[in-house]
Formats: sequence, structure tokens, C-alpha cells
Amino acid sequence: MKPIRELNPQFLESKENKQHLIDYLLGVADNYLILAQRLGELCGHGPNLEPDIAITNISLDLLGQVRSFYQYISQIKGDGSTEDDIAFLRKEREYRSVLLVQQPNTDFAYVIARQFFFDVFNKMFLNALQQSADETLRALAFKGIKEASYHERFSGDWLKRLGDGTEESHDKAQKAVNDLWVFTDELFQVNESDSAMIDAGVAPDMLQLREYYYEKVENLLTEATLEVPEVPYFQKGGKNGLHSEYMGYILAEMQYMQRTYPNSKW
Amino acid sequence: MSSDSKTNSYELNSEQFLDLPKDVLDILESVSDPEIPVLSVIDLGVIRSVQLDEDHVTIQLTPTYSGCPAMDVIGDDLDRAFAKAGYTTTIQLIMSPPWTTDWITERGRKAMEEYGIAAPLEPTADKDVLLNNKKLVKCTNCGSTNTKLVSQFGSTACKAMFQCDDCLEPFDYFKCLK
Repeated sequence: MKPIRELNPQFLESKENKQHLIDYLLGVADNYLILAQRLGELCGHGPNLEPDIAITNISLDLLGQVRSFYQYISQIKGDGSTEDDIAFLRKEREYRSVLLVQQPNTDFAYVIARQFFFDVFNKMFLNALQQSADETLRALAFKGIKEASYHERFSGDWLKRLGDGTEESHDKAQKAVNDLWVFTDELFQVNESDSAMIDAGVAPDMLQLREYYYEKVENLLTEATLEVPEVPYFQKGGKNGLHSEYMGYILAEMQYMQRTYPNSKW
Repeated sequence: MSSDSKTNSYELNSEQFLDLPKDVLDILESVSDPEIPVLSVIDLGVIRSVQLDEDHVTIQLTPTYSGCPAMDVIGDDLDRAFAKAGYTTTIQLIMSPPWTTDWITERGRKAMEEYGIAAPLEPTADKDVLLNNKKLVKCTNCGSTNTKLVSQFGSTACKAMFQCDDCLEPFDYFKCLK
């Protein structure tokens, strides 16, 4: 592991650096928000009690993590905007979440495959983020990784159970894996702000993570007796604000209260 | 933060809470986790420091899990409890160092067990029971360790669901977090 270098205290005095950091953090945090929202839809609708509780627990963990990130963003912005403003008052194009987390809860196999693809990434990412030059991010990573590890255990175990289960569960798991595979590469997409943060030592090197990610995912798919899909291209766009048709519906439901009753609070 | 403080200003961490003025400690101990009411915030180990400047108290609070909804309630409850005794409060939510089950006091563990929640095991044992590889969690009803994991996730983020195979009692297990 590379030694942690501390961020130069003057780093955030540059307007450009500040904007890059905010954009970078949104790219990380929006994934948590949208996935939490998707999982939250399943509250009371899980296939049976235990996975229902597990899925909503995971949703809650992700919501907790996204709050910490948004609080940090509002602190950096320093313009009086709150975590709620960041969560609820942006337009679709301003969200930086990847396409993977927007994909619908088609069936339990989709929920598990989507979760597994995200959890493996998230655990690796938070592990690397513990070496960030930014002290707050180190703390958030250190806190979040324990939860992320637990999530990965849940989704990984279930994917194995489905893949190596009955013929029907195997086929459904394979279909979900095939359909969602095209969205995995976007997790590692590096834009201009990401590059700036990687150079500053704030963000981990995504290319390195990418290699390890596919190795890990492929090993588990094999263990689950599932085939590793081969696709000619990967689908991307969400990270640049170009979302799938699902995003508008997600936001409509998520933002409804704040849009209808502005400034309403719990 | 407290540079302009006058008298009686001191900062204490969790090991030194007993040195706090008795009325302040009593107020802290009167506030409990809303989801595990037998655990005071002191016993839960979420109070990381207390600073007293005359009648103003600054409390650093750390969440058990990132999304634990109990934290907002605990913050409000602390505000209320101190206000009643004539204190003003500042509650700071801190993330580092992250909370660990090691910070639950011995008294807290006992109270939890009596309440029907099995206290956390050490990390290796914890992993074994959460993967259902070993039977180590003691049933809170009959004391048998012939227990099994029902679900890795329980009624709150910090717990998993277990069942006793002897007396058949279902119960919560407080997961180890380190």
C-alpha cells in the first residue's frame, strides 16, 4: 500500500480544485443514493421475510453513507445548501450515478446480481479510499467498509445459492447476470474531475481496481456455476448525467415530497 | 472551540466519564438507545467526549452504523434532557474513530442479555456464527448454545436473527463490529 500523503491545506482554496472535489464526491455518493432508493422500493415486498429485512437494512446503510458524503459536500460548498438540497433538488442531468444502480427490481435474481456487482466494487473502492489524502474521506471509508463487506457477503452468498440452485434459479440468475454485465464497466469510468482527484491522491486509481474487480467477480460467477458473459461493448452514460429511462421515474418518486411541499422536514 | 471558556471547562473521553459532575453523568445515563431502551448512551459507547463550559455542554456522538436512525433521536433526547436541567448543548456527530462493539460497557452487555439480545462475540467467533459454521451464541432464554443463524440481518442494522434449537426461542444477536 502506498503511504498516505496529506492534502495540502491550500488545495481547496483553488476554485477549480473545489469544484473537481465536489463533482468527484457526487460521482461516488449518487450511486449510494439511487441504489438505496431502488432497494427501498422493496420494503415489504421481499420474496420472504429475511431477504426483505436484509435488503432494507442494506438500503439504510447506503442511505447513511450517502448522508455523510452529502454533508461533506455541503461543508465544502459552504453556501448554506444542505444534504437534503443535494439529494432532492437537483435535476436529472445533475446526478452522477452509474446506469447499474438505476436498473429496475425485475425479479429477485436481478436484485441480487445488481447488488453483487455493486458490492464487490464498493468494498474494493472503500478499501482503497482508506488511503485517501483527504482526512474526511479516510474516515468515511473506514466506517463504510465494514458495512460494505457485510453486504457483499449477503449478495455473494445469494448469487451462489441461485446459480448453483435449481434449474429455474440458475437460468434466472444467468439472465440477470447477462443483462446487467454491460453496466459494470461504468463503475470504473474516470472523468476530468476523477482524474484531478486521482492525481491529488484523494481518489484511488480506478484502473488498478478494475482489474482486480473482474477477477473477483468472475471467480464467484464460476463458483456459482454461472457463465461469465462476453459482450462487445459496455454501456455508459449515467456518470456524465446521461441516464436511462428509469432515472426520471426514480427521481419523480424520490423528490415528490420536497417538490410538492418545499422545505418540508421530518 | 472553547477558547473563551471561563471556569469548570474540561474535556473527557469515555474512560473518564466517572470524573464528570454527578448531575451531568446522571443526565447522560438517563438517555438511552430508543431501539434498545435498556442501554444508556454511555453503556452503548456512542458518547466519545463531553466538554463542560459552565452551563454549556458539548457532546461528541458517534453512530453505530452509518444509517442508524437512532442517532438523530439520541441527539434530540440529549438536547431535551440537558435543557430540562438548565444546560445548553452542542451535539457534534463524529465519524472517526469509527464505533466498535468493544465500546459497549460490561454493564451494557449484561443489560442487553437480560433484555433478550445476545451480546457480540469476538471477531473470529462472530464470523463463524454468522456463517452458521459454529454454534457459539448463547440463547438469551435458556442459555443453550445449540443455536442457529436465521438471518444475517435483523430488526436493526446492528443485529442478526438467531433461534435456539433447544427451547425454540427466536432472539437477536448483536453483531461484532471492529
